[in-house]
Amino acid sequence: MTIAIRFAGISKQYGTFQALNDVSFNVAEGDFFALLGPNGAGKTTLISILGGLTHASCGEVTVMGHDVQRDYRQARRAVGIVPQELVFDPFFTVRETLQFQSGYFGLRSNDDWIDEILANLGLSEKADTNMRALSGGMKRRVMVAQALVHRPPVIVLDEPTAGVDVALRQTLWAFIRRLNTDGHTIVLTTHYLEEAEELCNRIAMLKQGRLIALEEKHQLMNRGRSRSLLLKLSSDTLPESLQGKLIGRTDDGYLELKLPDCSALEQILATLGNAGISVRDIQISKPDLEDIFLEMMQTPAPSLS
Amino acid sequence: MTGFYTLFYKEILRFWKVSFQTVAAPVLTSLLYLLVFAHVLDAHVEPYPGVRYTAFLIPGLAMMTLLQNAFANTSSSLIQSKITGNIVYILLPPLSHLEFFSAYVLAAMLRGLMVGTGVFIAALYFAIPSFAYPLWILAFALIGSATMAMLGIIAGIWAEKFDQLAAFQNFLIMPLTFLSGVFYSVHSLPAFWQQVSHANPVFYIIDGFRYGFFGVSDASPWLSLGVTGSCAVVLAAGTLRLLASGYKLRH
Ligand SMILES: Nc1ncnc2c1ncn2[C@@H]1O[C@H](COP(=O)(O)OP(=O)(O)OP(=O)(O)O)[C@@H](O)[C@H]1O
Ligand SMILES: [Mg+2]
Repeated sequence: MTIAIRFAGISKQYGTFQALNDVSFNVAEGDFFALLGPNGAGKTTLISILGGLTHASCGEVTVMGHDVQRDYRQARRAVGIVPQELVFDPFFTVRETLQFQSGYFGLRSNDDWIDEILANLGLSEKADTNMRALSGGMKRRVMVAQALVHRPPVIVLDEPTAGVDVALRQTLWAFIRRLNTDGHTIVLTTHYLEEAEELCNRIAMLKQGRLIALEEKHQLMNRGRSRSLLLKLSSDTLPESLQGKLIGRTDDGYLELKLPDCSALEQILATLGNAGISVRDIQISKPDLEDIFLEMMQTPAPSLS
Repeated sequence: MTGFYTLFYKEILRFWKVSFQTVAAPVLTSLLYLLVFAHVLDAHVEPYPGVRYTAFLIPGLAMMTLLQNAFANTSSSLIQSKITGNIVYILLPPLSHLEFFSAYVLAAMLRGLMVGTGVFIAALYFAIPSFAYPLWILAFALIGSATMAMLGIIAGIWAEKFDQLAAFQNFLIMPLTFLSGVFYSVHSLPAFWQQVSHANPVFYIIDGFRYGFFGVSDASPWLSLGVTGSCAVVLAAGTLRLLASGYKLRH
């Protein structure tokens, strides 16, 4: 396994405020990696340190083996970052913006690749439009395009889908997935956890500047709260023996019961049958990443470092 | 090289796309000065023997405009990029601080020289100054524009808001350029103000520049070259250090 990004003991102090506290982890080459955490957790700060926009108070970051401070030229060539804030240069058109960005990375004739990016992000028709005249979502697409002009092996997207419509989200993710299949390493932050759940293979969680989880997605998904069973019944009252399993009631009249494993299901249904209660509807809910995320953020977990 | 060249070209395009405001407007303003001062003073003042006031004024005005525009180019470009946030797109690529420095400085020098030349050409309508030593003219035009371009980088990096930049411009750049002998020969000033003028580096830029035209000046052109050249070297070193440290650009 080759390491694409290595964060080693990163801390960041803003005055007396500790934005990052001894964060260490690796992202492997080819990973589709989610960096999750509530507002203010330190995700953007970590990404800024990776891109050389911010200096860490202590610790080291390497991208594809290049230190972001000492070998900043190689490190910056290896990474493409989509910043979280919507920023653009109002003086130029979309194509000019991308041509300049290519030039800054030392690429002279990059138009074929620029056209391909534009087509994949649904921007072909806007290529010669001034940046000022684009809608917010389109500006964000240009920001994604800007991060890709130099075909970086590592692509970092800081909330790329904020303010982007459903259709583009689909095309954006299809494009990013293709890049990932082609061998690019992807790091993503998002507050839409279903996106992370669907796309990523590894997940890190930050909370108040500390790393509190770092796992393969399937491992993480198996943690936390077990499944639960949602039932709509002919009667409102449960048999006595099932009372203890009741977790709650939904507004639309379902009863929610604990379901530690699937064998419990048969037993519950049998008990109901014996009591003469018929089942009108049944659903089994699995905890999704959002449930696990909320649970992890609530419990004061020790820091992993 | 491509990185430097692209940034240089972008900085040129940035002012050229709005050249009405960045090139034509300053030329017009200088012509208005020329019109008013020349009309009022031409008959009364002869700054150097045999040199008409209008002819005397032209190089000074051209240089003053050149200086102000070189400063405006770097400083406004940087503060705009910082405030809109698009400076990240210059900070994320593998541009060295030397590339950053040369691209911004050279583009600002180009704007300064264009505007200065514009003023000069338009002013020929009023009077034709002589061209005693063209190499001195060129030397001081280059040093002057580079100096102000670097000051503009420093101001653009330091300022966090437009009004801070305006303060830098109004309380430092404007007094330095206005009190540098653009409108008069410092020989005509009382002794005290002559002393004060000689402490102003911009005085030497204007004075040396004018020497190139008329072959006479208040100070020796070599002294002016020494003073302005050393100022430029010190500023270059300081600006490069500032950029290398990432001061106010990379937290
Ligand atoms: N330049 C700065 N000066 C002072 N504090 C800062 C600065 N930048 C960030 N912070 C603080 O550092 C903390 C982490 O911020 P960061 O932007 O990294 O959070 P985030 O995880 O990206 O949050 P979000 O999900 O809202 O984007 C916040 O408390 C923020 O206020
Ligand atoms: Mg953020």
